[in-house]
Amino acid sequence: MTDIRYTKEHEYIRVDGDTGTVGISNHAQEQLGEVVFVELPEIGKQVAQNDELAVVESVKAASEVYAPVSGEVTEVNTALPDSPEKVNADPEGEAWFVKLKIADKGELDTLMSADEYKSYLETLD
Amino acid sequence: MSDAQQPPADTQLKRTPLHGLHVELGAKMVPFSGYEMPLNYPTGIIAEHKHTRSQASLFDVSHMGQALLSHGSDVSAVMERLVPGDISGLKPGRMRYTQLTNADGGIIDDLMVSKVGEMDGRDWLYFVINAARKEVDLSHIATHTEDARLEPLESQALIAVQGPAAAQALSKHFPGCEAMRFMSFRAVATTPYGKVWISRSGYTGEDGFEVSLAADQAEAFARALLEDETVKPAGLGARDTLRLEAGLCLYGHDIDETTSPVEADLAWSIGKRRRVEGGFPGADRILGELRDGPSRLRVGMTPQGRATPREGTEIFDAEGERIGVVTSGAFSPTLGHPIAMGYVAADEATTGTPVTFQIRGKANPGQVVDLPFVAHRYATKAKATS
Repeated sequence: MTDIRYTKEHEYIRVDGDTGTVGISNHAQEQLGEVVFVELPEIGKQVAQNDELAVVESVKAASEVYAPVSGEVTEVNTALPDSPEKVNADPEGEAWFVKLKIADKGELDTLMSADEYKSYLETLD
Repeated sequence: MSDAQQPPADTQLKRTPLHGLHVELGAKMVPFSGYEMPLNYPTGIIAEHKHTRSQASLFDVSHMGQALLSHGSDVSAVMERLVPGDISGLKPGRMRYTQLTNADGGIIDDLMVSKVGEMDGRDWLYFVINAARKEVDLSHIATHTEDARLEPLESQALIAVQGPAAAQALSKHFPGCEAMRFMSFRAVATTPYGKVWISRSGYTGEDGFEVSLAADQAEAFARALLEDETVKPAGLGARDTLRLEAGLCLYGHDIDETTSPVEADLAWSIGKRRRVEGGFPGADRILGELRDGPSRLRVGMTPQGRATPREGTEIFDAEGERIGVVTSGAFSPTLGHPIAMGYVAADEATTGTPVTFQIRGKANPGQVVDLPFVAHRYATKAKATS
């Protein structure tokens, strides 16, 4: 049973046991436009909640992707640097960014559920 | 996720006569130079960019300033008090790119000046200026041309049609425009859209036209153009990547009140006679830089990796010395990799010189390359019929 949670900055984390798969939401890719580059962290990197985790670049701008929770990077999606357009095609599926070993599962409670995120998007322009 | 270049919120945004059409076409509207403008349509920046290079695109550039300047006898001489371009050498129906310069030789704005010729017994110039600089420019021109008549054309829209299919598409509406020469200008008095002013010019590096017409005719004209299957709408996003590939300057980014036309690699726009005679603001600095070379120069650059050196990215030489800064950077849809323009120390401006971009704390190698990044395809061979 997996559980997906969202940040206000439009990252998601899909939780499976102690592992969280992190990427950007479908709303985020729509806002960015065509993604042309993704910069991923090194495996083994330790991040605290809200630390910079990755960078995603569209034609026009570079945007930082923050860690939804604290943890250690255990895996990165090596397909992304060569096929950044996958972020537009399947952001919440195939085009995940990194897998984290979650340090503090309590931090997940600070994030939004899928329903809460949907309501949050409706409050945005 | 954070957008590093989020524009500031602005509740006082102006709208162009095509605003309703942009919204209807599904454009993503953003604040730009005080206007609410289309950044891109649903197909996206890359598709719009590629369509412009392969077919033709319609750009709403009505936010830009348009004005007429006249003087009883010799308006060109009056304009030459303000710009280093050879305006007196312009024949009626021809146009030139030049810059309004300040007393220090910096660029107040860059503009296109067209020689209208005689109209109602007076000698007229028509010019197009940047949206964000309209008020500054018009006040500057009015102050320095005491006895001239300056008439801002606030109720005119401006629509650019750019791309290899532009001439064919536009000639259906304005027969004969396909025979216009590059950098020529003509008024057509009787069209289905009233009196229009057409120039064969643009900001994409492609063949194309800019059409000035009454605001209340703009939507009908735009809709008629879009009925042509070769013409699709394109927004500011594609306009920016196209002009960057073409090596063209964006005011406020690649040029400003501190950069001189020589540093900006625009010396080609300064006529021979003006180099000898001077007589324009900042001539001391500009003529000095033409003679001795500027200390810094605008160049094109490409990084080796896929990270884009964006505006503000610092540039270093092989020894780690800071040699300049990026003023425009984007992913090039035509080339499939990032490109950038910026200023470097003049002795580092040679093609092939290795440079290092500091992007998000990491050193990214790259090199100086020739401009434009993508060759211009202006209609320089079109023949005038009249």
